[in-house]
Amino acid sequence: MHERERLAALAPVLRLRSAVNAAIRGFFLERDFVEVETPVRVAVPAMERHIDAEPAGGAWLRTSPELHMKRLLAAGLPRLFQIGPCFRHGERGDRHNPEYSMLEWYRAGADYRVMLTEIEALLRHVALAVRLRGEGALKVQDAIFTRPWIVESVRDVFRREAGWDPVADYEERRFERDLVERVEPSLPRDRCVALVDYPAAQGALARLKPGDAALAERWEVYAGGLELANAFSELTDAAEQRRRFKAWGGERRAEGSAVYPLDEAFLAALAAGMPPSGGVALGLDRLLMALAGLATLDDVLPFR
Amino acid sequence: MAGQYSAGDLRKGLKVEFEKRPYVVTEFNFVKPGKGASIYNCRLKCMLDGTTMQRAFRANDVFGVPDLEEKTMRYSYNEGDNYIFMDVNFEQTTIPATVLGDSRFFLFEDCEVTVLFFNNNPVEVTLPTFVEKVIAETQPGARGNTAAGNVTKPAKIVGGYELPVPLFVNEGDTIKIDTRTGQYSDRVLRR
Repeated sequence: MHERERLAALAPVLRLRSAVNAAIRGFFLERDFVEVETPVRVAVPAMERHIDAEPAGGAWLRTSPELHMKRLLAAGLPRLFQIGPCFRHGERGDRHNPEYSMLEWYRAGADYRVMLTEIEALLRHVALAVRLRGEGALKVQDAIFTRPWIVESVRDVFRREAGWDPVADYEERRFERDLVERVEPSLPRDRCVALVDYPAAQGALARLKPGDAALAERWEVYAGGLELANAFSELTDAAEQRRRFKAWGGERRAEGSAVYPLDEAFLAALAAGMPPSGGVALGLDRLLMALAGLATLDDVLPFR
Repeated sequence: MAGQYSAGDLRKGLKVEFEKRPYVVTEFNFVKPGKGASIYNCRLKCMLDGTTMQRAFRANDVFGVPDLEEKTMRYSYNEGDNYIFMDVNFEQTTIPATVLGDSRFFLFEDCEVTVLFFNNNPVEVTLPTFVEKVIAETQPGARGNTAAGNVTKPAKIVGGYELPVPLFVNEGDTIKIDTRTGQYSDRVLRR
């Protein structure tokens, strides 16, 4: 297909994206959030166990706006959201692109349960705002978001679909394999599901559950089986955060992956005090896929 | 092995060396669950024997760049199960019948082929898509197998290969064979 025809065919989904972004902004501004912009080119990318940053001329492209947004949170801005590009090296497939659009928001005083209520309200709001926006072959799948959501613990879904307890008998490779091969294919196609309470080792930047250190206060929302958003009750303990960064750095070094310097400015902000907060990161390109009923980012992104 | 690929280089159509054998990636699917590690789900087709397998690779898995070379050669002659080919510099290469498979029946003198070498050993011979062969044996006007809708009868070409042909094909006729499938394609009318 020629370039002009290919792009013209994407017009309905481009118009849908524009409407989705407007609905998201309306939702957060109504709730007294501040829209912020933080650096895209960063001196230190957030170290995570399995995320690789793209080098950018002596600096890096951000893999997420998380650490800068938390510094704003620590400085006293209680409700923040941001829409912008993030970059991850080597991630390319039907559901991944090395450059993608992220919606990220933080709410001081909240935990992951509050954030689950908020994302449900957000996605219902967006789905209803754009439900009549379908044009031509594009039918907006608003019912995926407006049907009652299912909330299930990671432990329960693994016991049912994979036959073992990933909290008591955690094993990284087995967990990730069964998540992809057994759990995710079992998720309903017609609605949203939140998987909650991950094994502590899958906690990333989440705090551990008060009273049960085997669990991390993290959830993932799937829309019609497509992984859409991740949330934490944010880790606010600077010493624990430093320990996790160092542990991931050690594991990354051992397997030959790039090791990034510690983000001391972020760690100092945590040490000076960040309020208990909830945070959510949502892949906007995937939200478009789910809303438009498309199976690949090829049909969402005009340029890949 | 001449260099390395990492799992991040994998894509449909890439040729890699894995467990000392050359493969072409025929299906590729990247998945990365939540905060987990990247998984590269691939179907690989072995370039030596055409067998396929499904494998899930990890970000730090590495592959060799297979030492593959394609050469245009011409068929000269055979000595039993050994088939002798010659390149533009008149260098000879002997290719056994096991590598050629049924292709050996479709060769003719001076036939131009593409030979794929892996680690300097011939592993695949690609013939012209269509070759012409003379029918050595077939029953005249025999009633053949009509089950598939195409009415055919068995025939044998000079050199011994058997294939189904339409009823109107007679001994001494020249036919075109599709070397990709080994099937009858057309009758060649001689004036």
